[in-house]
Amino acid sequence: MADVNGLRIADRKHIGLAEMLKGGVIMDVTNAEQAKIAEDAGAASVMALERVPSDIRRDGGVARMSPVKKIQEIQKAVTIPVMAKARIGHFVEAQILEALGVDFIDESEVLTPADEHFHIDKFAFRVPFVCGCRDLGEALRRIGEGAAMIRTKGEAGSGNIVEAVRHMRAIVSGIRRLTVLSPEELMTEAKNLGAPYDLVRWVAQAGKLPVPNFSAGGIATPADAALMMQLGAEAVFVGSGIFKSSDPAKRAKAVVQATTHFKDPDVLVRVSEDLGDAMVGIETSKLAEKDLMQTRGW
Amino acid sequence: MKIGVLALQGDFDRHAKALARCGVSRSEEIQAVEVRKPAELADVDGLIIPGGESTTLLKLMEAWGFVPALEKFHAEGRPIFGTCAGLILLARDVDNPRQFSLDFIDVGVERNAYGRQRESFEARGSASLEGRPTPVEMVFIRAPRIRRVGAGVETLAHHADEPVLARQGSVLVATFHPELTDDPTIHEYFCAMVARAAARRGAAA
Repeated sequence: MADVNGLRIADRKHIGLAEMLKGGVIMDVTNAEQAKIAEDAGAASVMALERVPSDIRRDGGVARMSPVKKIQEIQKAVTIPVMAKARIGHFVEAQILEALGVDFIDESEVLTPADEHFHIDKFAFRVPFVCGCRDLGEALRRIGEGAAMIRTKGEAGSGNIVEAVRHMRAIVSGIRRLTVLSPEELMTEAKNLGAPYDLVRWVAQAGKLPVPNFSAGGIATPADAALMMQLGAEAVFVGSGIFKSSDPAKRAKAVVQATTHFKDPDVLVRVSEDLGDAMVGIETSKLAEKDLMQTRGW
Repeated sequence: MKIGVLALQGDFDRHAKALARCGVSRSEEIQAVEVRKPAELADVDGLIIPGGESTTLLKLMEAWGFVPALEKFHAEGRPIFGTCAGLILLARDVDNPRQFSLDFIDVGVERNAYGRQRESFEARGSASLEGRPTPVEMVFIRAPRIRRVGAGVETLAHHADEPVLARQGSVLVATFHPELTDDPTIHEYFCAMVARAAARRGAAA
């Protein structure tokens, strides 16, 4: 834990690793072979998990941390940072991931939550955490618990960008709103957001979050990645979108280029040519409330 | 004075902010320019290659023909500063694993040489800049180690008796991340290198 700008937030070296991933793509992988494809395509990091979100959605059952052996295989296969997911509130899965030397732990709504009320105390660990959020209050609660990076949740495994857009817009406009409030309004705003007052005050002054803000949940095409970057994401996570497409290596390369050159439509045209089929998406508004992953987290 | 920051991937934004802080303390205005295409190198006086993932940076550089463009940039004497991944790209040789590098500074580098993120750390040290000892804050993140220093290379700072900041002519490299601190010392040193090189090129032209 560090006192950064007078705040009790994650260590500078951990927020710093998130800074190093900016402008990059973090790709979901389930084995060493996929990890190698991701690294060769230019991924800045890989996320080890047992099943990609669209398979979790299809197969159901309890989704847990990736098997230890798979994580070790992935760590051996690549030189880029390896992330892995732990269930919300499952601090023992997080302890195992820390002992494995995982570079970033994603306390993730994609897995089945282990605790219905509490998230992990992330200050108790020597490795950084990333957490999902849907709005500014949720982002600041996770940062207050020690998350070194925030990602908007979107709807994992849907191949539909609409939820990711909704969440990114909610965060960006939530931040903008804070910057125009007067000092006496901030305490009530903190109460309404359900967020720590110190963080609310800091964001109101700085006009940004004190940790990097990435986007996840529904990115399936280079255009989706560039859209999230133009909306204010500082990097993107791509889950099912790569390895559920018809040509993962080619799509992975295209998403990497699109994330760097997100403001350049000519590049987006070039990388979007001849990509093969994207993953089949889901109309998220037709999903039952109980089938949503984004509502997990407190 | 314009200084480019290679903005393909990594913490280029933090370097741009660090340069802006230098601009405040120097009399001359410093403009940080994001560079994503080789053509954008044409009107910058110096370049920072930031921290990030060196494998990702290499793929993006190769895809856009950055290697010959940077070779020309370097041959013209325009200064380049690389931190962490930037150092890995600028070194003569790279290990763990072996990979392509630009060979602009005669050092041998080992990637991820302290271990994984769990082994990342902060330290306070002293640099020898312009002949004066200067305290420096150092943040090491999955950092490389400089394992070999060539004869023409000057070591400007050590940590635990190992070189962590080095210079050869117009090329400056650090294994740590000065851009993550509020301390502008090293960026100011680089800005001074760029200003002198620009004045020399101006006089020659």
